[in-house]
Amino acid sequence: MSAPDQHSHDHHDHDHDHDHAHPHAPIEDVDDPQRYEYVLETAIRELLIEKGVLTAAAIHRQIDLQDSRTPAMGAKVVARAWTDPAFKARLIAEPLETIIDEFKLEIVTPLKLVVLENTPDVHNVVVCTLCSCYPRMLLGIPPAWYKSIDYRSRVVVEPRKVLEEFGTVLSPEIEVRVSDSTADLRYLVLPNRPAGTEGFSEEQLAALVTRDAMIGTALV
Amino acid sequence: MNTASNATHAVLATGTAVRVKNSPPEIHCRTPYYLRGVPGQVDTLVGRFRDPSLLAFNKPGLPMRYLYRVRFKQKDIWPDYAGSPADTLVADIFEHWLDVLKEPAHERA
Repeated sequence: MSAPDQHSHDHHDHDHDHDHAHPHAPIEDVDDPQRYEYVLETAIRELLIEKGVLTAAAIHRQIDLQDSRTPAMGAKVVARAWTDPAFKARLIAEPLETIIDEFKLEIVTPLKLVVLENTPDVHNVVVCTLCSCYPRMLLGIPPAWYKSIDYRSRVVVEPRKVLEEFGTVLSPEIEVRVSDSTADLRYLVLPNRPAGTEGFSEEQLAALVTRDAMIGTALV
Repeated sequence: MNTASNATHAVLATGTAVRVKNSPPEIHCRTPYYLRGVPGQVDTLVGRFRDPSLLAFNKPGLPMRYLYRVRFKQKDIWPDYAGSPADTLVADIFEHWLDVLKEPAHERA
């Protein structure tokens, strides 16, 4: 597959039916096989296999690879950045290359990962207002709320109010910096290391790092 | 189709004052509507990428376009912004969507 195809796939895998915030887990659509998108996906997939463009095995391998990526991987990266200043410097300069090299991951993507470091003065939060761009190559599938119209439209207009709804209240002196993932970049927030964790091991630190902290809607 | 594509300029330095073009909507141009016409500052040059407005039509997306992280004051985007005056927003904007307002002054660090 050429780069343009990968590019457009990445932008187009948002979920049109989950455009509102759910207080519960999203309902899966497997019970409605007649749904338009479901039929379309099946038709395209079967055509690609029939014409020899893809194999069923290659598709399943990609699904397995995607499923193997979870926020736990991002948490390991954050914990190492907290404990190893040289690693942190390399991570910020060359995020994806450093992660692939350090953690021996198989990540192939035309996209660029950017690490947004929180400081005592700046709090970063990430959104994709145009669709649902997310650092899937590292964190896996985004949460349903990240793809919702509600989050995408409100976090750029009233970020502090949205953050408060996540339980994150920030002083007016702190700059809230929203990054809108509009093109070829994917963002990972590097949260501030919490006070009182000086003696913690890397594993103990990683256990503190949540998915939402790496999106920027929560603190650690 | 690609109305904003003819005004490429030299590589922009961090701190350059820019304004997002207020061009007619395109299909899949990746320039959010809420930033059209808004002034901001170049934060960083990210690199060169294929042009999404051409990729959307299954073209190779060439020439490659410089992509910038551009920082905006929330107050400049939303006049009624109710958060802190310190708050900002950064978006990834392609070069052909930016008008240069002012080069960064040398005396500014």
